[in-house]
Amino acid sequence: MPDMIFRQAINSALADAMSADADVVCFGEDVAAPGGAFAVTRGLLAKFGPERVRDTPISENAIAGAAVGAALSGLRPVVEIMFMDFMTLAMDALVNQAAKARFMFGGQCSVPMVVRTPHGGGLNAGPQHSQCLEAWFAHVPGLKVVVPSNAADAYGLLRAAIIDPDPVIYVENKALYSAKSPVPETLAIVPIGSAATMRPGRDVTVVAYGIAVRQALAAAQTLAAEGVEAEVIDLRSIQPWDRQAVLDSVRRTGRLVIAHEAVTAFGVGAEIAAWVGEQAFDSLRAPIGRVGSAFMPTPFAKSLERHCVPADTHVVAAVRCAVAYKSSRSPS
Amino acid sequence: MSGPIDDQGLLRLYESMVLIRRAEERLSRLFAGGEIPGFVHLSLGQEAVPAGVCAVLEHADSVASTHRGHGHALAKGVRVEGFFAEIMGRAGGVCKGRGGSMHVADMSIGMLGANGIVGGGYSLALGAAFAHQVKKRPNIAVTFFGDGAMAEGALHECLNLAVLWKLPLLFVCENNGWSEFSPVSRQFAARLSDLGEAFGIGSEHADGTDVEAVFAAATRCVARVRSGAGPYILECRTNRWHGHFEGDPQKYREASELAAARGEDPLVVTAGRLAARGIVEATLADVDARVVARIDAAVEAARADAEPDVAAAFADVYATGEIHA
Repeated sequence: MPDMIFRQAINSALADAMSADADVVCFGEDVAAPGGAFAVTRGLLAKFGPERVRDTPISENAIAGAAVGAALSGLRPVVEIMFMDFMTLAMDALVNQAAKARFMFGGQCSVPMVVRTPHGGGLNAGPQHSQCLEAWFAHVPGLKVVVPSNAADAYGLLRAAIIDPDPVIYVENKALYSAKSPVPETLAIVPIGSAATMRPGRDVTVVAYGIAVRQALAAAQTLAAEGVEAEVIDLRSIQPWDRQAVLDSVRRTGRLVIAHEAVTAFGVGAEIAAWVGEQAFDSLRAPIGRVGSAFMPTPFAKSLERHCVPADTHVVAAVRCAVAYKSSRSPS
Repeated sequence: MSGPIDDQGLLRLYESMVLIRRAEERLSRLFAGGEIPGFVHLSLGQEAVPAGVCAVLEHADSVASTHRGHGHALAKGVRVEGFFAEIMGRAGGVCKGRGGSMHVADMSIGMLGANGIVGGGYSLALGAAFAHQVKKRPNIAVTFFGDGAMAEGALHECLNLAVLWKLPLLFVCENNGWSEFSPVSRQFAARLSDLGEAFGIGSEHADGTDVEAVFAAATRCVARVRSGAGPYILECRTNRWHGHFEGDPQKYREASELAAARGEDPLVVTAGRLAARGIVEATLADVDARVVARIDAAVEAARADAEPDVAAAFADVYATGEIHA
């Protein structure tokens, strides 16, 4: 299988979607002539012209709101919000308008739009350019949220998001943009809501998404050397998430660790842990472990950021903890 | 369309205003009688603006409305039956009882919805105008907003973007002088036309209590926007007779100011003009009776209608049907 760069996979998905459907349009800050702050939309203007690929002023509220209005009026807009931190400026359009239009208008319409936005630290970009806020959007009925971890999924999930009739938040981890990963000869659509088992294992289930999948896979190698076989599940979609895949795995392994870069508290992992606790309590041989960023704004200094954002060593530690757990419950 | 409006045209504008007036008077009584839950914001006194503007619009033109949006919905053509059933929270509502007064919408006629967020309509209309432009449709979008919404930053963003992209977008301000419970003098430090001018957007002002004046101004503004010349502003001075919401006793308003507002009745103004054109009173009475009969029937049908279905509500959270009960 050939390798593809993550950023290139997103670009190809945009180009292929725009070729396939004249209603697909792209707009956002510096996405047209400059080709995007992270060069994801490079070349689209030349290929599809200034009518369908447009630069906007720095107006996140108007960008997101215009996408909703356009989606209600026959287009399939794909807009870019340059950093996920800036989604705060687009919240009314996304949460009050996009998420609710289908429901509150009685199913008359849907809102086929995609918001692409990068999250994540590792670039020393500081507190306002590093946040992982995907749990906010997963909390809102009506929105969908996907977070690819590799080039094949980046392509397939974006194609799926653009075809999808509902508003989708498509989250790109900044630290992955230049990462290479193998892709099939023919890139394919990845259905929203389906997880992927990246590595089978019998001792513990590690559920991760985004860059944490790489950390989970690295952790699994370390653990294998200790005789612990971790099953790594890439969630890929946060809302809806593949409950069945997680449940099936946890029932086999009896242990669960959830890893993401977002702050642990009130995060995606909390929802998964609660749900697995409800559904598979008797299958669990150890408390569910969670790995995520420390509860502080992402700091600037390299030494501080390293301390705040999780690494594969944190996943290893959480798995060791789960495997070492001895129940003190008396048998009933 | 150019030149003065003919008798039949003026009579149609009158009927459009009568429909809004009688519908909202009925909503007020239904609310007082406990038949409508939640919040209801009435536009009594403002009828000339939606009637005059929407009369100029095509079926496929888009309208983004406000929380005070009953007039826009009815004037754009939302059916009276679906309108009352919606606001009374019934299954047969135009939005199946899920939105209520603040979210009456009908996509089949480009009515993108009333909106519970002040200033929420600007960017929706902007996006609709963008879609019309990209798809090379001959249509335009209109965003109605009150004077209170002029203080929202979204206006700044959308004026700017509408000019940059030369969008077919008409900004229609219904300036009733009151931002919820506060006078506009304490809420907005600029003038809308000055704001428009800063972006190179021209404005018209119209007497929003005179439907002929609104219609004439809207005809010019819409023609200009439809021609591809870019966005334009129409500001209509008007009056809000009732409180910010039904049940608001308006203790913050002087009796004399409120009386003056109530003295400017768009229906009375237009009835006088029709009489001067020789249209007999019986004709106007017929209009009124026909409208009231439609409303009576719609209210009775809504009362008899079922409560909204819970399973159908779950099924509409996503168009793809995911249900997370």
